Amino acid sequence: MKPVEIKKDIFWVGAVDWNSRDFHGYSLSPRGTTYNAFLVKDEKITLFDTVKAEFHDELLCSIAQACEGSPRLDYIVVNHLEPDHAGCLDRIVERFHPEKIFCSPMGEKALRSYYHHSQDWPLEIVPTGASIKIGKRTVQFIETRMLHWPDNMISYIPEDKIAFSSDAFGQNWASNERFVDEVDSHALDTALGDYYANIVLPYSPVVLKVLDQLAAMKLDIDMLCPDHGLIWRGHEAVAHALDTYREYALQKPHKKAVIVYDTMWHSTEKMARAICDGLSDEGISVRIMSVKHNHHSAIMREVFDASAVLVGSPTHNNGILPLVADVLTYMKGLRPQNKIGAAFGSFGWSGECVKILTEQLSGMGMEMVEPSVKVKNLPSHETYQACYELGKKVGQAINAKVAA
Amino acid sequence: MQKYVCNICGYVYDPAEGDPDNDVKAGTKWEDVPASWSCPICGASKENFSPEE
Repeated sequence: MKPVEIKKDIFWVGAVDWNSRDFHGYSLSPRGTTYNAFLVKDEKITLFDTVKAEFHDELLCSIAQACEGSPRLDYIVVNHLEPDHAGCLDRIVERFHPEKIFCSPMGEKALRSYYHHSQDWPLEIVPTGASIKIGKRTVQFIETRMLHWPDNMISYIPEDKIAFSSDAFGQNWASNERFVDEVDSHALDTALGDYYANIVLPYSPVVLKVLDQLAAMKLDIDMLCPDHGLIWRGHEAVAHALDTYREYALQKPHKKAVIVYDTMWHSTEKMARAICDGLSDEGISVRIMSVKHNHHSAIMREVFDASAVLVGSPTHNNGILPLVADVLTYMKGLRPQNKIGAAFGSFGWSGECVKILTEQLSGMGMEMVEPSVKVKNLPSHETYQACYELGKKVGQAINAKVAA
Repeated sequence: MQKYVCNICGYVYDPAEGDPDNDVKAGTKWEDVPASWSCPICGASKENFSPEE
């Protein structure tokens, strides 16, 4: 795509990846994504971040167009070293020989371990509080360690009230629109939540700290530019992004539960449906998600704003089914907070499933609702009754939590 | 008591506060924090910490 002038002499020079579906090997990105990079034309022409390696040529073309045919880069600011944003940094450095390259203290460590031949690069480390002049503009730096890697930082230009926030406030969304006010706001919030649930969630305590820090610094931001997706334009949109992140990070309970299960001969599946009835009768919104039909990132998106996670698996060779283990491993890493847990499943002879599920869910800090339900081979009328009661009990626990 | 800083994310372990959310009581000296404990922010293990200067 052609560069887009987003403010006077500030250009979006990123790339749109319409075909991205597998985001970084762990999450689905059904709408594709973008790799946003920005060029500021001042006395020092400054590039903020690059793009994924395969989009290098598009970035070059955009830089050339933004520079009206005489491409030049004096400074490069590296807000984040992950390869979708720094993947062609070496080629850009070799081509333009910038006067200086700026990154955070943690960024230096990452940069040296990604680019083994970077010894001669004119690197300058900019911790929180550092600022540089690029002409009539100033760039201020704010480290945002673990939002979502150690090296991430935000660059802010007070003269233009613009902030480049790297991965924070991003969405996986390929579009020819560049601004949030050009797309459907509900779909935008969905995309923002998808991204948060699968990438930012474990670092929610850091998010709260960064939001407080930004508020304390009283930065006037009227354009917030993440490295993925659409740009937040205007004070209202920026406030919406910040407020939504705060709401996400607090992980307050909602009247919602997710039942995650796998099944061999449909016994565990039938139990899931009976549990759903109990939850429904307590007024809880329920998603039943078979791990065979839902990717772990889609499941996590629903778990993220639910109050309870009920996991079912049959016992298979003295363990749980592998796709359930996949979801639990993924969920554990994303560290969801304030959740209620419950376990259920069927078995043929030994029946370890419920014990394993209970251990794993309580290991994530979930408050377990007992008794869990376990049945040999086929559920009976009594099994369904016990499942319904488990659903009711979890539903009551959710209502108590929401009311508290 | 000596505080320890996470080299990865900058989290500071303060023995006076401990990390009660992760079963480390207030008043626990760094030496007595279990080896299985990890940084509550970034998940790094104990060996990634340095004494705070």
